[in-house]
Amino acid sequence: MDLSVAQNWFFLIIALFMVAASLVVVISRNVMHAALMLVGALGGSAAIFILLGAEFVAGVLVLVYIGAIIVLFLFGVMITRVPIGRARSLDHDNRWPAAAVAIATFAVLAGSAVAFFGDEEIEGVSAVRTSDIGATIFERFVVPFEVVSFVLLAALIGGIVLARKDPES
Amino acid sequence: MTIAQFLVLSAALFSIGIYGVLVRRNAVLVLLSVELMLAAVNINFVAFGRYFADSAAGGQVFALFIITVAAAEVGIGLAIVLLIFRNRASANIDELDVLKW
Repeated sequence: MDLSVAQNWFFLIIALFMVAASLVVVISRNVMHAALMLVGALGGSAAIFILLGAEFVAGVLVLVYIGAIIVLFLFGVMITRVPIGRARSLDHDNRWPAAAVAIATFAVLAGSAVAFFGDEEIEGVSAVRTSDIGATIFERFVVPFEVVSFVLLAALIGGIVLARKDPES
Repeated sequence: MTIAQFLVLSAALFSIGIYGVLVRRNAVLVLLSVELMLAAVNINFVAFGRYFADSAAGGQVFALFIITVAAAEVGIGLAIVLLIFRNRASANIDELDVLKW
């Protein structure tokens, strides 16, 4: 990584922040801190998208994830009475095998990525226009788009059916 | 910017998510860790879309699809967690052993 380029400094700062925030998500004993640090990690990935010239995806990420999904998670935390505040029993006891699996996964993924791509540059970062994304969705990816809309409809109906109180009881 | 730095960042987020999925007892926290893993995959898609200089922005379109599916997954997942909590008065996944024999 060439540290004489300003983009790489931005990348380094964002990446370190994201890794720290996601570590808090999985380690923190406080559920609220975990959920709110997920906002930090996702905001960092929106910044990475802007760095890559994908502003529309960054905007959608902020709207959908940070605006809607995190709020849903906070409702989930409150409804299921996860112990808010410090709690002892949020984790399993077998912490070290899980850490070994995670470190092995990281070694394989990162090692193969570095070994295969070396330091090949992403050349010419310029923003993709949103109209190009729209054209691609509605020309090349029309069928997947419709399928995704059906998935959303099914999730909507499923959520209502699951969360509704039983009429008999 | 090299492509490898984005891939390494995404691998780090993905493995942190794996650690969270394996180590957390509460179902809501497991879902939080799954969201981390999905965010890592999104970074991969956008970075590769940029790397292959795809003028049609296919990588970004797939990132949008993943965001949509993640929204559906969280909705259904939290509904199931809510239902389990209503029936068992607990959302800890290691106490859900009714399918074991």
